[in-house]
Amino acid sequence: MINFQYVQATDVADAVRQTDGDPRARFVAGGTNLIDLMKMEVEQPTRVIDITRLPLRQVEPTPSGGLRIGALVPNTDLAYHPLVEERYPVLSSAIMAGASQQLRNMASTGGNLLQRTRCAYFYDVATPCNKRTPGTGCSAIEGLNRGHAILGTSQACIAVHPSDMCVAMMMLDATVHVTGPTGDRVVPFADFHRLPGDAPQRDTNLNPGEIITAVELPPKGFASHHTYLKIRDRLSYAFALVAIAAGLDLDGDTIKEGRFALGGIAHKPWRDPKAEAVLRGQPANAATFTRAADVLLRDARGYKYNTFKIDLARRCIVRALGQAARATPQSQSHKKIA
Amino acid sequence: MTDPEDGPTFHPTRRDVIAAGAVVPIAMALPPGAAAQSPSVAAASGRVAVSLTINGTQHVLTIDPRTTLLDLLREHLDLTGTKKGCDQGQCGACTVLSDGRRINSCLTFAVMFEGRHITTIEGLAAGGTLHPLQQAFIDHDAFQCGYCTPGQLCSAAGLMAEGRAKTPDEIRELMSGNICRCGAYPNIVAAIQQAMGRS
Amino acid sequence: MAGYIGTSQSRIDGVKKVTGAAKYAAEFNAPGLAYGSIVASTIAKGRIVHIDTSGAKRVPSVIDVITHQNRPSMADNDKAYKDDVAPLGSPFRPLYDNRVMFNGQPIALVVAETSEVARDAASRIRVEYTEEPHVTNLFQQLDATISVPQPTNPSEAVFTPPSARGTPEQALASAAVRHEGTYYVPIENHNAMELFTATAVYEPGGKLTVYNKTQGVQNVQRYVCGVFGMKPEDVRVLSPFMGGGFGSGLRPNFEVVLAVQAALALRRPVRVVLTRPQMYALGYRPAMLQRIAIGANSGGTLDAITHDVITVTSQNETFFRQETGWSALLYKSANATYAHRLARLDRPTSSDQRAPGAATAVYALECAMDELAVALKIDPLDLRMRCYSDRDQIRDRPYSSKALRECYAQGAAAFGWDKRNPAPRSMRDDGDLVGWGMATGVWDATQMPITVRIALSAIGHAEVACATSDIGTGTYTIMAQVAADSLGIPLENVSIKLGDSALPPSPVEGGSWIAASVSNGIATTAAAIRENLLQIAKTMPNTPLANVGPDDVALAGGDLVSRLDATRAVAIVDVMQHGGIDRIAQEKTTSPVQDEDRAHNTHSATFAEVKVDEQLGVIRVARVVSAVAAGRILNTKTAASQILGSVVWGIGMALQEETLIDHRFGRVMNANIAEYHVPVNADVYDIKVIFVDEPDDSNPLGVKGLGEIGLVGVAAAIANAVYHATGKRVRDLPITLDKVIGVA
Repeated sequence: MINFQYVQATDVADAVRQTDGDPRARFVAGGTNLIDLMKMEVEQPTRVIDITRLPLRQVEPTPSGGLRIGALVPNTDLAYHPLVEERYPVLSSAIMAGASQQLRNMASTGGNLLQRTRCAYFYDVATPCNKRTPGTGCSAIEGLNRGHAILGTSQACIAVHPSDMCVAMMMLDATVHVTGPTGDRVVPFADFHRLPGDAPQRDTNLNPGEIITAVELPPKGFASHHTYLKIRDRLSYAFALVAIAAGLDLDGDTIKEGRFALGGIAHKPWRDPKAEAVLRGQPANAATFTRAADVLLRDARGYKYNTFKIDLARRCIVRALGQAARATPQSQSHKKIA
Repeated sequence: MTDPEDGPTFHPTRRDVIAAGAVVPIAMALPPGAAAQSPSVAAASGRVAVSLTINGTQHVLTIDPRTTLLDLLREHLDLTGTKKGCDQGQCGACTVLSDGRRINSCLTFAVMFEGRHITTIEGLAAGGTLHPLQQAFIDHDAFQCGYCTPGQLCSAAGLMAEGRAKTPDEIRELMSGNICRCGAYPNIVAAIQQAMGRS
Repeated sequence: MAGYIGTSQSRIDGVKKVTGAAKYAAEFNAPGLAYGSIVASTIAKGRIVHIDTSGAKRVPSVIDVITHQNRPSMADNDKAYKDDVAPLGSPFRPLYDNRVMFNGQPIALVVAETSEVARDAASRIRVEYTEEPHVTNLFQQLDATISVPQPTNPSEAVFTPPSARGTPEQALASAAVRHEGTYYVPIENHNAMELFTATAVYEPGGKLTVYNKTQGVQNVQRYVCGVFGMKPEDVRVLSPFMGGGFGSGLRPNFEVVLAVQAALALRRPVRVVLTRPQMYALGYRPAMLQRIAIGANSGGTLDAITHDVITVTSQNETFFRQETGWSALLYKSANATYAHRLARLDRPTSSDQRAPGAATAVYALECAMDELAVALKIDPLDLRMRCYSDRDQIRDRPYSSKALRECYAQGAAAFGWDKRNPAPRSMRDDGDLVGWGMATGVWDATQMPITVRIALSAIGHAEVACATSDIGTGTYTIMAQVAADSLGIPLENVSIKLGDSALPPSPVEGGSWIAASVSNGIATTAAAIRENLLQIAKTMPNTPLANVGPDDVALAGGDLVSRLDATRAVAIVDVMQHGGIDRIAQEKTTSPVQDEDRAHNTHSATFAEVKVDEQLGVIRVARVVSAVAAGRILNTKTAASQILGSVVWGIGMALQEETLIDHRFGRVMNANIAEYHVPVNADVYDIKVIFVDEPDDSNPLGVKGLGEIGLVGVAAAIANAVYHATGKRVRDLPITLDKVIGVA
């Protein structure tokens, strides 16, 4: 790890000011991802701005009936927050499906959005990687790509976003509140993360100097019909092969509104309005869910080691929507799949 | 004569230790110039001051900002009970309690823990009496090589404080951030259940 | 002599381990300690043309950068680098010259005042290579394999495939039922929790004290002496605690060379701790590709076995173990043939890993037996019973003991095997497919020469010393138990010294041989103390032991007492007082009794239940019963833990573990324990361990050892259970969900 200047920010404006247009400045909050990447020499900031003292630790209801989550709220606090457990249980479940309790105690809400990919080539500075070092090539396309993307890939990058929490936030139509040198703005969750395209080094649409201050959830939480289903290579403490957050609004057996977002299959949490449109007004049954899955996966493309994910994703969608319909959400501690 | 098994006598006279055990103000010690320039700039020289309480003792140190909490404990304060198994947040051997919550001490800069209260394995036993978890781990043989054990114990203490785990399934899931390559997991779960019964 | 042996005892080092007081190799500090950080190669094969260390040296607090160009003097011959357990060939020499033999090879060591600076500076070293083509893929070397070399001595012959029996080709051709299958086990890494570390403390005058993570302190001592031309009295190696070995610490690893190089060059203490990714540049379980063909008659006994194995080793050394012998040993078959070939790769030399050879080969054998049982339409356990042999099938000799039948019976009863529906996909629980599988396990019961020193004080305290290791196996505790019983004193009066090269000689801690070796060694030395006391007692006035022979006295309750007449006793304190001494010390070497007329093995039967989500292929190992026959169990608590841990290893081997190499780079790409999966707590459910009664007289205490046997067969039992659950036979490990997802 190269040395850096360590500074503490006193408030949001100070934090933004401290970046001072320096592309090698980084905010640190939980540190669980940044410090790991710094040890691996993947991130080499020359200035680290400690934002842990900023007043961004509140979880509070919004006037419109939603919930505003401060960017520094630790993952565990968010998952266990009474309002989240009551109104957005899918978010609690998604958070508890990720990492370990120690990491969740440290990791912040904003930091979770900014997690970088687990692609082994990204992590290993001895190998080419366009995301880490633009223009060097993607080692994963012809390499070990079991964990890689099947949707939204490019010739430059097939990495996936590793977060579980973000998958649920995507499904819930969250918005991301950011502050930057030119003021505040609100970014819809779907527009926050990017597809790799020809600039895979950019994970998000944050501008230089911008800081996440909050994530806001709209009122609708799908508390009665939801699930977070995560499939991985061991039963806990592993990144997703495929994960899905699903929520249904039912009228009897008929779907009034259905939403589902997937993790582990793309450069961003993946949601497809066309697939959700398939659900609307249809009976909540396997046939409907399979049709929706087929739409979402219509352009899926596998690589040497991850083609199975297309089939797995299809099965996960059907299963998860079934769990949501039956109101039997997946438990994150009891490992039998509901 | 020093017994080599205990190692040469440790000299906590390293330049980074300014004071230990003394009561000092919690506020960051800022270089005068820095404070004038911006209230938030600390130590452009590359070394930074930090004050934190570990197992009830306050320590004030000036350190390389890159120093992780784990390395601060092991290399600067000779609190080697906290273990380094991966240094990447992947094994849990470095688990300590920060203000009562379990965290991975390897993935955090010590300087960020200004004013916090850290409990390590050395601070788990109260006054020479083993913590119920420590006794339960011995009773159930919940370890073999012992290297993951301090992390398992601190993690289990955090788990009990959280109060969320009631069933064996929940204990297993919430202890999954602590890898035991010797494979003592069933005994670890049994030990935690024993300790929960007592507390 | 009874009391502690055979009982359930908590570890005597337990308090140290639960309070953080147990010190491991990186936890011994010294004034002026410097920190070494390793720079590793990023190519798999070639030469270093230039190393630019200027960027590193410019970092303040950097003390030195050591490379092959400025390292201290090292031996120039292979013999000097041969450790006690080195395989044939030319051992790797760290920082010796400009050759790069594997990706991740150490090529420089940056030494600095702090670990942060050392690591920073290490990242600033620039290396120019000339690259040469490399091969790291076993499957690219299939046409270039070599046969395992002919043995040149009896110890090498142990690893040579057994001779062929009968006419296997014809017997296979004419067998009523045949099964043939190819099985694959990938490279697996040990992933012990403690990082390999050496803290080399340079003493004035040039002596070294080295705190090293190792399973053999004297092996490291001899190695350091050989490599650096030092005298044994000038090198002391200590390892009082070891954070997991599993075979990874049998041979000295490169961190100890680098730490010693720096300590000698700088004349100050230096610590080198590997990073977790660097741990993947050490030894590993060799990948194993194997083909088994079994022919059986309709009565369910075997007519023929052929077992062909390919494992991997490095270009410079030839590592192999007994891979095919297990299938030759276990079951009756008049016709059999075995072959073992090696593929050389541009990788570090493969190494011992828990149950080396057996964990992988018996996996294939026991899956093949399961497949044969399916073909024969008989119960898999019934097939094992039909093929059961009371004699070693390689050398046609009896076993010193073999209670495998009891393992089968007690394991099956505890598991409820008789309720198994033989049809695949026939059993369900709450929607999940349920599968039950079983397998046999076998390992060697070996004893090695060992020396133990005991000092018994007049007031009944004993210090027991031996340079062995406790790598988590419970050696401290069983040593104390045996000493307490042998000397007739309370357990808490025994102190154990181990893990120090200055102590009496011990072999490396491996192969499951230390329990038998050190326990009998303690008994021998205790007997010498008893005899010594008896000699003195006989000179006491009015001694009640005048005509008592040395085999007819015991130490009990602080007395020296006749075994034949308990009223004839004298207090040890009085004996010592009479002799004018306050302690008696004895140091004795104990060698195993040569017993070539009998085979010496441990056995096990593993029964596993898996639950498989039919749609998604997610597998859970819901319960495992492991029944083990391993002679006398010294400590039922620590012994059960060893088996329990082995079962957890088996779960990892069956379902999760695989070292992934990108062969374009020849580089391990999951070199961390987030992406190299080992089981976590949530993966492990109910495990029941049974020790069956197995009296054995191969050594006075009847001890056989437990470190390996618990793993052998576990992966097969799980794989067989997955087949039974899903109807899908997966023959390449690990059985990840994508391999069974298509079953619905």
